[in-house]
Amino acid sequence: MKNPESGENEGLLVRRIKNGTVIDHIAPGEALNVVKILGITGTTQEALSIATNVQSGNMGRKDIVKLTNRELSKEEVNRIALISPNATINIVRNFKVVEKKGVEIPRLIEGIVRCPNPGCISNTSEPIRSRFEVLPKGLHCCYCDWVITRDLTSHII
Amino acid sequence: MNGRILATLFFEPSTRTRMSFESAIARLGGTTLSVGSVDACSMAKGETLADTIRVVSGYADAIVIRHPKEGAARLAAEFSSVPVINAGDGAGQHPSQTLLDLYTIRQSMPIEGTDIALIGDLRYGRTAHSLASALSLYNVRLHTLSPAGLELPETLAAELRQAGMEIVSHDTIEDLIGDVDVLYVTRVQRERFPDSASYFNVSSSYRITPEILSGAREHLIVLHPLPRVDEIDPRVDESPHARYFEQSRNGIPVRMAMLMEVLK
Repeated sequence: MKNPESGENEGLLVRRIKNGTVIDHIAPGEALNVVKILGITGTTQEALSIATNVQSGNMGRKDIVKLTNRELSKEEVNRIALISPNATINIVRNFKVVEKKGVEIPRLIEGIVRCPNPGCISNTSEPIRSRFEVLPKGLHCCYCDWVITRDLTSHII
Repeated sequence: MNGRILATLFFEPSTRTRMSFESAIARLGGTTLSVGSVDACSMAKGETLADTIRVVSGYADAIVIRHPKEGAARLAAEFSSVPVINAGDGAGQHPSQTLLDLYTIRQSMPIEGTDIALIGDLRYGRTAHSLASALSLYNVRLHTLSPAGLELPETLAAELRQAGMEIVSHDTIEDLIGDVDVLYVTRVQRERFPDSASYFNVSSSYRITPEILSGAREHLIVLHPLPRVDEIDPRVDESPHARYFEQSRNGIPVRMAMLMEVLK
């Protein structure tokens, strides 16, 4: 892989994985949010590699996330679309990409984003998950009708 | 509707809405089941609304709910096995009020093609939110007048404009009085202001008086969801423009129609 500063080939920034998922073409700077949106924390089991702002032929710069021994479900993949609609997902088995897919923006997202309206019933101790409808104008809270139009990542739970 | 039971769950104070729903079901031959005061109910003991609704929906044929949180009625509908009517959710919506508002306007004029002014607290006023949304289904020009900081929420205004509604904001009542067919006045709550002086300053500048109405169109009607405090001079009550008590009375037939619709 080329060094983004020098443009020279310096080898792989992160190692190939034997089994798992490679999320490629993430918008530059969004890798940590992708990890957050997938619910991966320091206490979960996955071996995780992150590369940010690496050079990309098509995108200029991009981020990459590699998850060892975990294949993402379609629902998990589509969450990523919210913050990085051009990301591609590669499922790897025994060092080979066995499946390559793009992300689709979901119609409904549940339990991922917190409603910014402090008066919303979804911000109480009720036994519900936040629920947003994905509309062209933004994310519409299915409970209180609030619409998140910008800075989505700051509302991720 | 003989023998049908309506549960009224009011977690916020209410006079008109609660009594008119109770009157409406009584006139239809049904009865009301009520939690009494909020302090005495299980919510005060920490029960979730979801649990309350699951239990109450086993006791009644429909539920009317008012709650301080926005979206509470939607949550209730998810957990209820019987129909739920939103009687006000925080600063969100008050749809049954809107139906009677539309009915009252319709008694005086066709809604299509009118100029309607919303005056007062348009940010937190749920009656204004619901009415504005409903009016966007008609060809209506909306005029707004509100104190700084209490304007219509931007997301709602954007939605209304997207639906094709023209919104004209004004700085004074004198500015709009000659251009509108309906004055929809709402209460500006004292607690929205830092001190009494600034509240009185604002409330007096929004007061509807016979002098203000002398510049109005002949057929103009004045509506208010009530209770009013200082927004409408009592001298206006005798004016042919005043329709707010009639509007309040219309709560009965409109809510009877709603109950018949959900209980049939």
